[in-house]
Amino acid sequence: MGKWAIAVHGGAGVDPNLPVQRQEAAKQLLTRCLNLGISALRSNCPAIDVVELVVRELETDPLFNSGRGSALTENGTVEMEASIMDGPKRRCGAVSGLTTVKNPISLARLVMEKSPHSYLAFSGAEEFARQQGVELVDNEYFITEENLGMLKLAKEANSILFDYRIPNGGFETCSAGAAATDSPLQMNGLPISLYAPETVGCVVVDQEGRCAAATSTGGLMNKRTGRIGDSPLIGAGTYASNLCGVSCTGEGEAIIRATLARDVAAVMEYKGLCLQEAVDFVIKERLDEGQAGLIAVSKNGEVACGFNANGMFRGCATEDGFMEVGIWP
Amino acid sequence: MGWAIALHGGAGDIPVTMPPERRQPREAALRHCLDIGVDALKSQKHALDVVELVVRELENNPNFNAGKGSVLTNAGTVEMEACIMDGNTKRCGAVSGLTNVINPISLSRLVMEKTPHIYLAFDGAEAFAREQVLIFNLALRFTWLHSPLFLLIPVELSLLQRKENSGVETIDSSHFITPENIERLKQAKEAKRVQPIQKDVEKELPAASGGSQLGTVGCVAVDNQGNLAAATSTGGLVNKMVGRIGDTPIIGSGTYANNLCAVSATGKGEAIIRHTVARDVAAVMEFKGLSLKEASAYVVEECVPRGNVGLIAVSASGEVTMPFNTTGMFRACATEDGYSQIGIWTSVE
Repeated sequence: MGKWAIAVHGGAGVDPNLPVQRQEAAKQLLTRCLNLGISALRSNCPAIDVVELVVRELETDPLFNSGRGSALTENGTVEMEASIMDGPKRRCGAVSGLTTVKNPISLARLVMEKSPHSYLAFSGAEEFARQQGVELVDNEYFITEENLGMLKLAKEANSILFDYRIPNGGFETCSAGAAATDSPLQMNGLPISLYAPETVGCVVVDQEGRCAAATSTGGLMNKRTGRIGDSPLIGAGTYASNLCGVSCTGEGEAIIRATLARDVAAVMEYKGLCLQEAVDFVIKERLDEGQAGLIAVSKNGEVACGFNANGMFRGCATEDGFMEVGIWP
Repeated sequence: MGWAIALHGGAGDIPVTMPPERRQPREAALRHCLDIGVDALKSQKHALDVVELVVRELENNPNFNAGKGSVLTNAGTVEMEACIMDGNTKRCGAVSGLTNVINPISLSRLVMEKTPHIYLAFDGAEAFAREQVLIFNLALRFTWLHSPLFLLIPVELSLLQRKENSGVETIDSSHFITPENIERLKQAKEAKRVQPIQKDVEKELPAASGGSQLGTVGCVAVDNQGNLAAATSTGGLVNKMVGRIGDTPIIGSGTYANNLCAVSATGKGEAIIRHTVARDVAAVMEFKGLSLKEASAYVVEECVPRGNVGLIAVSASGEVTMPFNTTGMFRACATEDGYSQIGIWTSVE
């Protein structure tokens, strides 16, 4: 029997002026989710069930940017995405462009288990949700007052930033991220106070040594309709193999380019690094100027997290009794 | 050093008994597209421009499952997807769920160059395409009316310079639908060739009769300056569920390029996603120090179950390789030192 371990995150890149009250609320939610996962692991739930359970809880709570509380598109609507991966057979499921599915992570799991495909998006994904009979709600359910205010501010801020960042033709120009991050207080071109980093994720290794990973998000505040980020992309935002499980968060475009989650597993597999070394390596070497963070577990029951953003909402626990919840480095 | 190029028109269960009237047009198309790519490389075009140019040509050819000739969803519609990546900068663009864009690969390049995002899909991607068509037409009208003034505006000019082999046009969805694909969908529905649900047993997937997922197209190139690029485009899978996304538009799965190599993969999408095939070729080179050929062979033979994948790859030093573990793969390649190959099955003619 191996040892279990679990980690959760609520996004990387945190407003340094985030009210203490909200910081405390975030820590409490992370602690509650960790405890939920721990009791499931103690009752021998397989890793894949635990990551789904924990991410559902994070989606249902409006605090973070997933499910209820998702960031809004430029049209003021919610378009959620999620993915899940089971390490032992590398089975995976992903969804994008959901507008009525209460728990996107559970639909991702159904794509993995009940469809012939790995990834469904937009109206086709909604249609599949109806066929599967998952809980549907009105798009209004996901929209919070707070996010409506944030979108308004983001639009005002972005009217300047966006023009500045649009590459003006030819391939010598840079794309997202690079130009946008020259001030440390911006992420994805948005002032940190408006950036909604709080994608959620969970990684688990159970007592059988099975790893799993799950990630869910509302995406980027003020995003274009139809924008897909890193969260639903296997190998970018989410990855699990027989060696480890990884969930990433931060500037989506940097994570996609870096195939960040797969790279943690790849340096373990092909270079023989241990989990913490692999995490440190990818955070240092793979992100270029992008800001991001990730959580990871290995089949041996190790847990690791790493980030180059100014902070990451995170928590982790292992069978040995180690438990930590934090925001800042 | 030296340029190299490879392109594919899909890997899968291509029957060796394929009649000449079906084989020859595809071979001719491969040769034609290879020539276009080679000419572009000889005239010092950037690898990124070359892969876009070649994939546009493959998309325009109705014999392959991309652009015109895309296979149909279970609703009888087309939903195309494409992805492009520049090796040195790792910049990339991807699109899914296109129903009206003549050349999806060019839209993916515009996503890369004109938006802060990497990946746009479905209605949002179509809306972006319409915007770009509008901008382009305005720029064009502007040149005619005010050409001396226009020359002072480098941005608009670069748009025009690229008009020849780039740019996005939209058209009614019926443009993409061929009688052959209507028949294919009918057969697939009659045969209830809905794939089995348990995807973890890849070996047990029925040998898709007649190549239901055949014909994705891709191109990888390295130019004389050592710039690498990869591009892939597809109509997806016959009788796929509406909304299904395959491996093609996913960076690291169907498409990947960095400063070591450029890779485009084709085959069973779900297996390619799970094994992050394109990134793994690059990762094995980078982390295990294998050569391009060794790394590609390792991924195709050791990582992905038989019958699932084929890929084309070039390295910064001008090597080229085109391994597959399916019955066949429509493929072609050429290098600066005069090596060239066009083939379908294992035996090389």
